[in-house]
Amino acid sequence: MDNIAGQKSSLGWAVNIAVVFMVLVWVIPTVGLLVSSFRDRDQISASGWWMAPFSAEQSYRARAGSEPTSSDAGLYVVEGNLFDESDATGTISAFGTRAVDPGEFAVGETAALGDDESLVVNADGTYRYVTPEEPGRRGQRIYFLAETPPSFSLDNYRTVLGAGGMGQAFINTLTVTIPATIIPILVAAFAAYALAWMQFPLRGLLIALVVGLLVVPLQLALVPLLKLHTEIGIGRSFVGVWLAHTGFGLPLAIYLLRNYMVGLPRDIIESAKVDGATDFQVFTKIVLPLSFPALASFAIFQFLWTWNDLLVAKVFLPDGDSAMVMTRKIADDLLGSRGGDWGILAAAAFASIAVPLVVFFTMQRYLVRGLLAGSVK
Amino acid sequence: MPPIVQGLITIVLGVGGCIAYFWASNLVLDRYIFPPRGPNAGRNINRANQIRPWLFLFPAIFALGLYLAYPVVGSFIRSLYDRSGNTFIGLGNYQWLLGEGEFRQAVFNNILWALFVPAGSTFFGLIAAQLTDRLSWGNIAKSLIFMPMAISFVGASLIWKFVYAVDPEIGIINAFRAWAFGSDPLDPLQVSFWNNFFLMFILIWIQTGFAMVILSAALRGIPEETVEAAIVDGASPLQVFFRIKVPQIMGTIVVVWTTITILVLKVFDIVYTMTGGNFGTQILPSYMFEFMFRDDGRATAVAFVIMLIVSPVMIWNMVQTRKEMR
Repeated sequence: MDNIAGQKSSLGWAVNIAVVFMVLVWVIPTVGLLVSSFRDRDQISASGWWMAPFSAEQSYRARAGSEPTSSDAGLYVVEGNLFDESDATGTISAFGTRAVDPGEFAVGETAALGDDESLVVNADGTYRYVTPEEPGRRGQRIYFLAETPPSFSLDNYRTVLGAGGMGQAFINTLTVTIPATIIPILVAAFAAYALAWMQFPLRGLLIALVVGLLVVPLQLALVPLLKLHTEIGIGRSFVGVWLAHTGFGLPLAIYLLRNYMVGLPRDIIESAKVDGATDFQVFTKIVLPLSFPALASFAIFQFLWTWNDLLVAKVFLPDGDSAMVMTRKIADDLLGSRGGDWGILAAAAFASIAVPLVVFFTMQRYLVRGLLAGSVK
Repeated sequence: MPPIVQGLITIVLGVGGCIAYFWASNLVLDRYIFPPRGPNAGRNINRANQIRPWLFLFPAIFALGLYLAYPVVGSFIRSLYDRSGNTFIGLGNYQWLLGEGEFRQAVFNNILWALFVPAGSTFFGLIAAQLTDRLSWGNIAKSLIFMPMAISFVGASLIWKFVYAVDPEIGIINAFRAWAFGSDPLDPLQVSFWNNFFLMFILIWIQTGFAMVILSAALRGIPEETVEAAIVDGASPLQVFFRIKVPQIMGTIVVVWTTITILVLKVFDIVYTMTGGNFGTQILPSYMFEFMFRDDGRATAVAFVIMLIVSPVMIWNMVQTRKEMR
């Protein structure tokens, strides 16, 4: 399509710019989250993530030493370095003695504080505090602004995966996801084969029913099935979630796999039958290996769907940390207790989307193929 | 027992059980019930072939019936009872819902979602598909636009919580407003009415990639002759796109639109995570969860309302499939 007559080259620029703009809108939110997950709390509140590569100005508080280092004509002098008294780094740009105005005086300027007291702070953090009275037990309070160079660390991830409980949630998510991906594939593959290649009454009706069930909102299933699970003794447990995900995933699985299997060459299957193979043998030895692309694409779908699910886990898994999946941990736990702790939230979100992203980028080809098999004829 | 061990055991049991069922049931059928030998060999083969489909289908039919078909009936029946489930109150729950302002709000918002999210996703998807098809780096662009499909709704909500944050040092939107117009920060999620659209955009952001992938395949399937003929006749690129290409892929556009509409009616996570249904952003699925574990009668009634809204799409899908089968 590139070299069609009449294509205007001036449009090329517009197209490029439009696509760049669209890609930016689509990518920037995720990049912001990724950058934020490596910054610490103070940095996040001091400057936007888009400023992360540059140094940021932050305000700090420190106390001057309480022991005078020398005395000068009846005045006590306290000297020292503010960087030793606080956790600040970088260079100091301004200082003050009141929290409301931490940048009251410029560096190097002698600030008269009244009562013959004075204070000088230099960019490298050294200060000189002069007072007529002996400094109290607690030294003079000093506020200052420092240019902090950008720093990135894995601290948020350490907090989230260790103390934050996301490590356990990660394992729980895996525990939910793996069986809930494999079992529906097996069940659906047999059903899809029957619907594609076997002759029996009501076949057309069954296919139509499967297509209809694709649409049933799973909200409907929550109350009656939770009750049923409790009655038969499963209760809210991993087994219940596996069964639920199997049931909810089946219509799409059967639909995708059947669409694919119908397209397999008829002669292969018929000649195998002429040679005396039963349907079971035809299925396991011929159809299953040939259907690998479709199986893979559904596996990716079901994996992403179960990994990313919040609703089913919320209803069918018990409350409490021992069975909490990552989406729930973020939505119910972290957003509540750490609502303002953006670094932790960002790290938690990235811990939960890392695996799907890896799966997505490595298996994208199969995913697309599956989508196309399902929706375009 | 640590969950990982429990998980491993279930994988073995569940998967092994499935394989054992299919293998053993076919074995029993072929070897003992209707063996394909002896005096009745021919008749036995035919009979076995009549039963086998049902062996293949049984687990699927059982699971579909239990987890999708039964709940349609079960939920409806449950919705006719009061909160404890003991007293039959007929349509009382539905009557109560109709009188609730929040329910009406949820229905209204749900209609907005069902109109704008599929429209937005399909529109952006179509544009992205058309534009990236000509570019040398089109596949990279497509991957990046498609990427949100892999992210959970909760993860996506959190990503956009950053974008919408009030603090101009965190939220890029408020930072941009402050930089460009010098305006004071505001919370996009509390701007009444419009906050619904900010939430919808998250789902549009996720679903555009899906629409793009399918529509781009459809665009590639258009025969080149028709496009070339239009160009020879002097059609501009825009005319080619809207008059020639879009009509030819209308069928696919409808499929994409329907698929996203269905997804919208099921989605719960975004509203739950972003606003919890506050500030006038309630939709039916999140409204239902307000009653979950507290009042099953009302919860199932809301669920059944969602089912009623979806059912035309369901019937249309089934009719369409039956037509194709003939």
